[in-house]
Amino acid sequence: MISYALRRLAAGLVLALLVSVITFWLLSYSFESVVASLLGSGATDAEVQARMTDMGMDRPVLAQYADWLGAALTGDLGDSYFTNEPVIGALTDRLGVTLSVVVTALLITAVVSVLLGVTAATRGGGADRAAQGISLVGYLVPSLLLAIGLVYVFAIKLKWLPATGFTPLSENPGKWAQSIVIPVAALMIAGIATLTAQVRGAMIDELRKDYVRTLRTRGLSPRRIVLRHVLRNAAGPALTVLSLEFLTMLGGSLVIENVFALPGFGSFAFNASLQGDIPVIMGVMILAVLMVIVVNLAVDLMNGWLNPKARVR
Amino acid sequence: MTADTTTANTAPESVAQRISTLRRLARNPQAVITASTLMVIVVAGLLASVISSHGPSHASLDAINAGIGTDGYPLGADKDGRDILALLLHSINTSVVTALIGTGLALAVGVPAGLIGGYFGSRVRAATEWLFNLIMTFPGLLLLIVLMPVTKGDFRATMALFGVLLAPNVFRIVRNQVLGVKNELYVDAARVSGLPDRRILARHVLFAVRGPVVIASAFLAGTSISVQAGLAFLGVGNSEVPSFGAMIHSGFANLYVAPSQFAIPSLLLGIITASLVLFGNALRDTLEGSPRKPQPIVTPTPRAATGTSERAEGLLVVEDLAISYESPDGKPNEVVRGSGFTVQAGETLGLVGESGSGKTQTAFAVLGVLPPAARVTRGSVRLDGRELLGLPDREMRKIRGRTIAYVPQEPMSNLDPSLTVGAQLATSIRAVEPMPRAEARQRVLPLLGQVGIPDPERVAGSYPHQISGGMAQRVLIAGAVAGRPHVLIADEPTTALDVTVQAEILDLLHDLRKRLNMAVVLVTHNFGMVADFCDRVAVMRQGEVVETGTTTETFDAPRHEYTRMLLDSILDDTTTRSDAPPRADAPPLVDGPQHTDAPIGGKRTS
Repeated sequence: MISYALRRLAAGLVLALLVSVITFWLLSYSFESVVASLLGSGATDAEVQARMTDMGMDRPVLAQYADWLGAALTGDLGDSYFTNEPVIGALTDRLGVTLSVVVTALLITAVVSVLLGVTAATRGGGADRAAQGISLVGYLVPSLLLAIGLVYVFAIKLKWLPATGFTPLSENPGKWAQSIVIPVAALMIAGIATLTAQVRGAMIDELRKDYVRTLRTRGLSPRRIVLRHVLRNAAGPALTVLSLEFLTMLGGSLVIENVFALPGFGSFAFNASLQGDIPVIMGVMILAVLMVIVVNLAVDLMNGWLNPKARVR
Repeated sequence: MTADTTTANTAPESVAQRISTLRRLARNPQAVITASTLMVIVVAGLLASVISSHGPSHASLDAINAGIGTDGYPLGADKDGRDILALLLHSINTSVVTALIGTGLALAVGVPAGLIGGYFGSRVRAATEWLFNLIMTFPGLLLLIVLMPVTKGDFRATMALFGVLLAPNVFRIVRNQVLGVKNELYVDAARVSGLPDRRILARHVLFAVRGPVVIASAFLAGTSISVQAGLAFLGVGNSEVPSFGAMIHSGFANLYVAPSQFAIPSLLLGIITASLVLFGNALRDTLEGSPRKPQPIVTPTPRAATGTSERAEGLLVVEDLAISYESPDGKPNEVVRGSGFTVQAGETLGLVGESGSGKTQTAFAVLGVLPPAARVTRGSVRLDGRELLGLPDREMRKIRGRTIAYVPQEPMSNLDPSLTVGAQLATSIRAVEPMPRAEARQRVLPLLGQVGIPDPERVAGSYPHQISGGMAQRVLIAGAVAGRPHVLIADEPTTALDVTVQAEILDLLHDLRKRLNMAVVLVTHNFGMVADFCDRVAVMRQGEVVETGTTTETFDAPRHEYTRMLLDSILDDTTTRSDAPPRADAPPLVDGPQHTDAPIGGKRTS
């Protein structure tokens, strides 16, 4: 089990390396325009070239990447071009905001989807139609519109919740919860739609299997069969979808944080890329990929625990 | 009865079938409504400059925040004095271009990669899979935004990038489909006839996988459009390009002054994405059959049985049992009509018939585990004189495992793949006799020993995929007899096993029957097995029991024409157990003269 986990971790790190190479390479096409905007509109071509030489951007991309990687491995992601603050500190400051929204949304999504999906698959009839209806609405309404609609109803019309802003959990848990209710709701609706459909489908497939009937002939109650046997076997594919959902929510938080003016990772990344702040962009990407790797590893480990065949792979 | 409709239809369809698919689609109201909605919207976008007199960026100071219905501004104007109708129509065009680029690139990358990854060997497959897993690890939206310095904010470049990020979805669909059809006969035939791989992929395989790809395209188009709207809302990209996202953004800022500026583009965007999703769903239903329906785990309580005049006596009595399923056109389809037999304590009954004769359905009805779609329409099942039909599931649960137990046909699929054998047996033990888990675990080893497993400890710690089929069948028998039942229903318990193992399992059942003094109902198609094992026989044909009697009587003097026919066919039955010599009065086990008629040369195809 431990070697399985280590193998998955090693694969994840290779992946992180590749993602950073590809991002750096793609960004290298914009170095010139970034430097130009750094110097302002009055700068001449010669000035831009001189500044690029200054910053080492005239060297081969691979050499520049090697420099970045070398520093990154020691925990130094460079300084922002525009604010000069160290990237790593700026990112970790804002990560808490994003994670408190995304992780909360992910957990609620998992719980709600399993409840809805399992109920739909085991009860059928009205429960099934209701779950499919909820799922369909989640697919149909773009989450952007949903977010704005929620702000309009709950913040502007009813004034129950703040429309924008963020209160840290450590400062005031009540206000923290209020400040993330709408962002979390906006993020999780689409996730619930996808995951509920997945859980429902996997449960339906699993409930048709022969072993379910055989367990019934042994006198087991349906509840025990579902909880101890069927759910465990249906969980594997659902967990994979959940890890993809994390990715989607991380992306979605970009939009959501801008709509709700949350001082998170997403709005930070957005401003950095508007300006072309290369060190910040690289830092954002690498941190995002590392988060994805951690989540995937957690999912892999859970899959290995659930499914004995996955352990040997 | 639960044929999987999604995989059934993988052979290439003829032109006639394709036309009928279109016709079926035309009969689906959801498909027609959503497709025509989309069509009207696209055409309106194409005619933008005809419908609206203003250009999308034409701003007039007089028209700022003009209301709906203002002369020349049928939907009003925004805070910069631009015609909302004109903006809306041109935004449609942006969305169409977005959908075409996003979907087009996803298909252009995903389809060929999926074909290659699914068709060629495992190394190519592993490489493509690895590549697309890498793409999937990219946080999509984040990448689109951080690469703004590269794309220079052009929405077309952004959507091209997004198309590549969507490609893994297409890749997976195509690869799985190709893996499914790769070994189909017609693809094999094409390969044998010397067609190059390239041609096979293009002509045969691509043809078979197009359905799911078309369905996926509808969803990808919807995703592309909403992502582009989200990005434009954020202000990513050129603000001169008319788009729903930019309109929603400007309307949102002006929400208190003129809510319609926000509501109108939101509504149209919602209609477009919803239509695409609903159209995709309709397409899926038409091409792949209706969606899977859940099967509630508990069978609805069957209707109370109809009384019969003479009450037969016995441990287990089944009388005039009829089971029907609802067919797709709504009419009941009776699969069992008049099944009945009696089993005395300690007796062995062979329930014999060809496949599809209703043997297994009868067995499931006795156990109360028929699929939910089944209805017991009449009859009676009595255990020790107690009527079982109509008992609520809660009551039946006390009987299952304790009084009646069941051994299935296929050992592997009847074990939970994720739990060790020991854990599964402990569950079964606790179901018939509540006790702490630790105690149940201790009882597992003697139970495994009882069914002739030589190293119970190793088997108890193994997962089902780690043990052989014969071993798995012993485990299932152990689970069945854990509650010391009075009646054991064994449904073709040896059919899925090797011939040598078949004999061992049958011997084990024989042995357990004597030791536990159980009555056994042996469901089988094999008269040889009945001859060896059973005291009495019930012969089923097309849902009816046509003959019952003692084994000797039935073998010596079959009364029914069908029984005679089945007995004669033992001649052909090569799966008869081979360890014991056939009964003296049974026909010898040699190839009959029928076999010489078979075209021997036909086997040499290679």
